[in-house]
Amino acid sequence: MLRENQRRFKFDWITIILFLLLVGFGYLNILSASHVGEVTDYFDTSQLYGKHLMFIGLTIVLIILILSFEAKFYEQFASIIYLVAMLALIGLFIFGKEVNGARSWYGIGSMTIQPSEFAKFATALAVAKYVSDLQTNMQTIKDQLRVAAIIFIPALLILLQNDAGSTIVYLAFFFVFYREGLQQVYLIIALSLIVLAVLALKFGILITAIIAALAIASVYFFRKKKRGSILQYMIVLLVSVSFSYGVKLFYEHGLKTHQQNRISLWLRLEKDPAKLERMKKAEAYNLIQSEQAISSGGVSGKGFLQGTRTTGKFVPEQHTDYIFSTVGEEWGFMGTSFVVIAFVFLIIRILFLAEAQKSQFSRVYGYGVAAILFVHFTINIGMVMGLIPTVGIPLPFFSYGGSGLWGFTILLFIFVKLDSNKINEW
Amino acid sequence: MRKLLLLTTVILVGLVFIARLFYLQVYNNSAYDIFEDTAIRKEFNYPKRGYVYDRNGKLLVANQPSYDVMVIPREVSPLDSLELNEFCQLLKITQDEYYTKLARAKNYSPRLPSPFVPQLSKKDYAVLQEKMRKFEGFYIQKRSLRSYQTTIGANVLGDLGEVNRNIIKNDAYYTLGDLIGKQGIEKTYEKTLRGVKGIKFIQKDRFNKNIGPFKEGTLDTLPQPGKDVTITIDSDLQAYGELLMKHKRGGIVAIDPSSGEILAMVTGPSYNPNLLVGRERNKNFSRLFLDKVNKPTFDRGLQAQYPPGSPFKVINALIGLQEGVVETDDKVTCRMGYYYGSRKLTGCHHHRSPVDMNAGIAQSCNAYFVNVYRRIIDKYDDAGVGMNTWANHAKSFGLGNFLNNDLSVGQPGRIPDGDYYDRAYGDNRWGSTYIVSNAIGQGEVEATPIQLANMAAAIGNRGYYYTPHIIKNIEGDTIPKKYKTPNYTTIDKRHFEPVVQGMFDVYNEGTAKSLRVPGIDICGKTGTAENFVRIDSVKTQLTDHSIFVAFAPKDNPKIAIAVFVENGYWGSRFAGRMASLMIEKHINGEITRTDLENWILTHSLENEYKKPYSGEPFKINGQTSLQVIDNYATEENHPVENQNTSAIKL
Repeated sequence: MLRENQRRFKFDWITIILFLLLVGFGYLNILSASHVGEVTDYFDTSQLYGKHLMFIGLTIVLIILILSFEAKFYEQFASIIYLVAMLALIGLFIFGKEVNGARSWYGIGSMTIQPSEFAKFATALAVAKYVSDLQTNMQTIKDQLRVAAIIFIPALLILLQNDAGSTIVYLAFFFVFYREGLQQVYLIIALSLIVLAVLALKFGILITAIIAALAIASVYFFRKKKRGSILQYMIVLLVSVSFSYGVKLFYEHGLKTHQQNRISLWLRLEKDPAKLERMKKAEAYNLIQSEQAISSGGVSGKGFLQGTRTTGKFVPEQHTDYIFSTVGEEWGFMGTSFVVIAFVFLIIRILFLAEAQKSQFSRVYGYGVAAILFVHFTINIGMVMGLIPTVGIPLPFFSYGGSGLWGFTILLFIFVKLDSNKINEW
Repeated sequence: MRKLLLLTTVILVGLVFIARLFYLQVYNNSAYDIFEDTAIRKEFNYPKRGYVYDRNGKLLVANQPSYDVMVIPREVSPLDSLELNEFCQLLKITQDEYYTKLARAKNYSPRLPSPFVPQLSKKDYAVLQEKMRKFEGFYIQKRSLRSYQTTIGANVLGDLGEVNRNIIKNDAYYTLGDLIGKQGIEKTYEKTLRGVKGIKFIQKDRFNKNIGPFKEGTLDTLPQPGKDVTITIDSDLQAYGELLMKHKRGGIVAIDPSSGEILAMVTGPSYNPNLLVGRERNKNFSRLFLDKVNKPTFDRGLQAQYPPGSPFKVINALIGLQEGVVETDDKVTCRMGYYYGSRKLTGCHHHRSPVDMNAGIAQSCNAYFVNVYRRIIDKYDDAGVGMNTWANHAKSFGLGNFLNNDLSVGQPGRIPDGDYYDRAYGDNRWGSTYIVSNAIGQGEVEATPIQLANMAAAIGNRGYYYTPHIIKNIEGDTIPKKYKTPNYTTIDKRHFEPVVQGMFDVYNEGTAKSLRVPGIDICGKTGTAENFVRIDSVKTQLTDHSIFVAFAPKDNPKIAIAVFVENGYWGSRFAGRMASLMIEKHINGEITRTDLENWILTHSLENEYKKPYSGEPFKINGQTSLQVIDNYATEENHPVENQNTSAIKL
């Protein structure tokens, strides 16, 4: 019993230290991005940095709470937690508060809370629960559809609340499903669709069709033994071309202007200099400012609280989605590469731990955590540096905001708890 | 395999990110430079430029505020048509001008400030100032422009102009749009007058608003005001000299021999210094500078090198005495010229003969000085050694080299030495007879009016001079020591008295008899210099230049002066009259010789100057008649301002 008790508290300290580093460094950057004039009171909750410090304080309470539950609790209550989260999302349509055009917040007094941040870990739990069920087989269409429904419900609800960025995060579960046995063909299809979409937008339908035809033809000649009928290949080509056409149509008519412009800027589609100048003032403004801030940091940065663009508040939303530009300006390449490496280590560590789990539930959940963190990390930092189109999602543990910080903390520490319990799983 | 998809993707993304960060922050980034940081506004605070006073404490140059609209092209955000329209109306420019100006600024540098619309009126400034914040990348820079309290002395005072790119490249102090002294005292005392500009670093926000000092202002500097200077010019004498020089071309330089202070420095034709202030400067400066006929920007008192003519004879007299080759009472016979065997080396005019030194100077006898000069050169076996000895004596009077003073322009003149003729004729293939023209200040000898005035000062001082200079006093500073130490000539003091007496007799009984001023003992020397130009590649002689060099009084002189009038014919005709008037004005403060004054004011040489450009054959010297004009002393306009002569290439 003694051995067992000891092992119960065997948490993975590497994960916890990486978490603490990121949260702590995040706080310093939020302080920098949000302070006006001299900072007199670090606990002043009328200031963003004061509030964030309070959120971090509450996070410690939350962690203790999460770790004190039995590990089994999360598996047993996964469905209920998911249900509550979905209800909270649905409730937004009635009680929700609109901020910046997205109806994603509940207002409680002066506080606001964003249920979509909590829906992520709830969905991860539900997916883990369903996939780890003995009767589930990810190779079957039936289970694929069911598990797709689990992620589709929150994604749809969030999309309807006008928060397209948070919707994209649910694509992270593709990695989980693939790990748990989804056929390879899905991966190939997914990659092909991404390539087709980008090609169609960048080079137009004709060139896309030619490239697709060449690719399909080379597959045909490569597969000498199981070629099948030419008709099959013709159908694939037809589908590809119609998909490209669909993407083009969707881009031109389905997207809102600002979304369209973001993509246009990313792929450099706009050639009209006058319109480009207008975009630089609107959709591209944040990105240009953020890139300049990062770039101006140089190798070692301008120093903590010394960033001139940060102090001048040149980058809008710098304390939330664009917090990474503060790191870039004030801490330079040293700081930014530290953050990137820390995230990569954290995700790899989680993956490593997940693979080591004895229960499938824990493994699937761990994979979910890693995938969600990965998608956030990739999209946020990629966007701030102009590598991918602008999508408004926060940088985990870093960006300002109570809901976000707590959502990610819960997500991570449930896994830390599950992991600490693996010795008891048998 | 399935386990590896996410893992490899994560590592791949991490590597791509680090690569991108490396590109943004290391590869694509130079060291942090606050002047490059668009988030920091750099506000220059220009100090008051020092005032300029004349020797009597009269204010000559003061300041007036001016407002430039500056642009930093990289920070300009495109204006929509409404904003553009408003901005152009405020600045009083067309939209086309807006784009050309912006393109020009961008072409210079996208990140450095360039002047966009310089020197707004106060009223335009007041309206614009309130709306300036709307136009990102533009700001208003306050500067001070010069305000001349006088219309004289353009060549003395000089002017300010915008720095050019070359200056910026060589001196990091200046940025585009800064003003710098371009001529005259503004140029030589630029650093004293300008002070040091202060700079303020201000943290901006993204709305282009100031949100406070950067780093609590620890990097800011305060402007240091420029120092006031007093110059040695007597503005009354300067004004009088400019009046006399009207409708003539030439230069007057007057020096106080007891200190080397320049009392007046006149060049004609001149211009009103106010023409070179503000927005009109460039236009006016080009007009003045491109006027190749009148050359108003050419300071004839300092830059015009001519054969000095007869005044140079006194130097030969002094050298002859010093070398012991001549006594004051040695007599030379003049047969209307100097004969070498049967060959006439130089002509002379009609005067009594034979002459001793006194008469030689007073009558300006060519034969006498050729004789003396040949004795000097032939004293040594080697003509080269003789020539070098002679040149060293001459150079000790400040001739043949730059005076090394505080004037922005100058010319070295020329005193040939042995090497010079070795180069011209071949080693030792020449003798004193080859070069006798030097004896009478023609030939290879050349000097500027200021050198001649200085020479007169050295003679008046009996053997030394102070480097002629224009600075009298610098606020809170001392003037360089070199202006306080005398430069001694190589001639012993005792040799000067007979020469001075000869120059005195020039007035008493010699070539300037008619120019005597009652009550003042003037010592002088007339001069006449032949001159030639090329017209359609034919060497053509023009009317001689009129030269006069003098100092007064005879003992303890207060003024040494050189007057030079182009094509004025003989020395006492124009230059002598003007020198006498200047001396009287300086010493007595008023003019008793109103006949002289009236003559000068009513005689113009402009017809004479038009001749080479007329394209027709013309007569010179004795065959010309003078142009008499109404007394134009009351005329307001300067000659340069109301004529449209275009440049003609000679």
